[in-house]
Amino acid sequence: MRDFAYARAGTAESVVGTLADPGTSVIAGGTELLNWFRLGIAAADNVVDIGGLDELRGIATDGDDLRIGALATLNEIGEHPLVTQAASALASACLQAASAQIRNRATIGGNVLQRTRCPYFRAEEPLPWPCSKRDPGSGCASLAGRHERQAIFGWTQDCVAVQPSDPAVALAMLDAQADVLGPAGPRTIPMRDFHLTQREAAEAGQPMRETRLEPGELITGYRLPASADGQAYVKVRERASYEYAIVSAAAAVRLEAGQRIAAARVALGSVAQRPWRLTSAEAELPGTPLTREALIPVIERAMADAAPLPQNGFKVTMARNAAVRALLTAGGAS
Amino acid sequence: MTLDFARRVEVTLRLNGRDLTTVVAPRTTLLDWLREDVGLTGAKKGCNEGACGTCTVLVDGRRMNGCLTLVVQCAGRSVTTVEGLAGAGGELHPVQQAFARHDAFQCGYCTPGQLLSAVACIAEGHAADDASVREWMSGNICRCSAYPQITAAVLAAAREEPGR
Repeated sequence: MRDFAYARAGTAESVVGTLADPGTSVIAGGTELLNWFRLGIAAADNVVDIGGLDELRGIATDGDDLRIGALATLNEIGEHPLVTQAASALASACLQAASAQIRNRATIGGNVLQRTRCPYFRAEEPLPWPCSKRDPGSGCASLAGRHERQAIFGWTQDCVAVQPSDPAVALAMLDAQADVLGPAGPRTIPMRDFHLTQREAAEAGQPMRETRLEPGELITGYRLPASADGQAYVKVRERASYEYAIVSAAAAVRLEAGQRIAAARVALGSVAQRPWRLTSAEAELPGTPLTREALIPVIERAMADAAPLPQNGFKVTMARNAAVRALLTAGGAS
Repeated sequence: MTLDFARRVEVTLRLNGRDLTTVVAPRTTLLDWLREDVGLTGAKKGCNEGACGTCTVLVDGRRMNGCLTLVVQCAGRSVTTVEGLAGAGGELHPVQQAFARHDAFQCGYCTPGQLLSAVACIAEGHAADDASVREWMSGNICRCSAYPQITAAVLAAAREEPGR
């Protein structure tokens, strides 16, 4: 593993000052960073440990919001009564992620900053193939090779990877805000806009950028607006547990009389380099009966701009079905 | 306030009930330290990337992958490995006894990780039935595929020593 020097942070402010240096990385759980160091994905010489910062801990209600500290682990969130009551899609997403051991280390601050599971990206240096994430501008070996697990929205010739986080999909669906501390002070980033597709990044002139987090900024926690809507997180994978999603879907549904939808939110996971809110479906769903037959055409219209790769057309159908199942489950129909 | 970055770090922790102080390079994982510095080889280095669970140990009672944990992150904490499971007189831990009784292994390579994961799984209250054991033990891979026997052993041990 890459050698590095180490310091324990005493305050979040002290971390932010240090992070402005690109040679410094933060460690919280470390489940990503240590593997990045092993593969040569991260190249920091200094690592600052934020694991002892009590100010980043805790899960509590704050007015109408649910506030989750960045250091809350996936197991803590998944089993916390405040989360299972007010944000059950997030609790479910956390508990369907990784393994019980990893969930005891992995934090919700770091989870959304995990990088793609694309095997061409996650190889030990030096890479024998092109990967623009590892060597900017070199191209995408997955596009020319195997890509059945890759994006169906927002990809470019440079990269077809997806963001694999389960909790990020639930946070985007639930309109969570990330609290961020940076050199210029605190600010918030809506989680539905936190990640960038390859196309969005290219249009902004930074093709390899993956999030709206600026250099030197630290996620300190999240705020979720209170919701009484029924919720669900559906994860489709190749084995029943401890596996990344092929596709996933998070949904929240409020019903009106006659089993019709009054309001609904739905987001897809592992279909793009960001959680994919189906906003046009959300606009169309009020008044729709909560049945599979009624929901399918609405979701299909919202996914009409999907651009599958030669090997992953199946993900369009699978994601549609996951969205429908998440909506039905959130509404209590299945 | 500036941070003081160090290339050698002194760490005091409790290992299997004994307090000890060590000086490590920050990149030293708990797994490498246990196996190569302390000489406790129960935790195995299977994948070294958090995929297999053979390095599972308890840190303050919670199960974690030793390969994804730095020694410096264990300062002030209590670490339990498979070598610390048996009683002072050498009598096996009830979970070890259940594994032996149910023949819950073939080659045994994954067993130390399975045992510690099972101890935690039971303490967490996640050993209520077959489905919950299979879900909450999924971070421990057994390539001999002794899963039915492992599941039976965890359920039996949980019945004898129910969690919280």
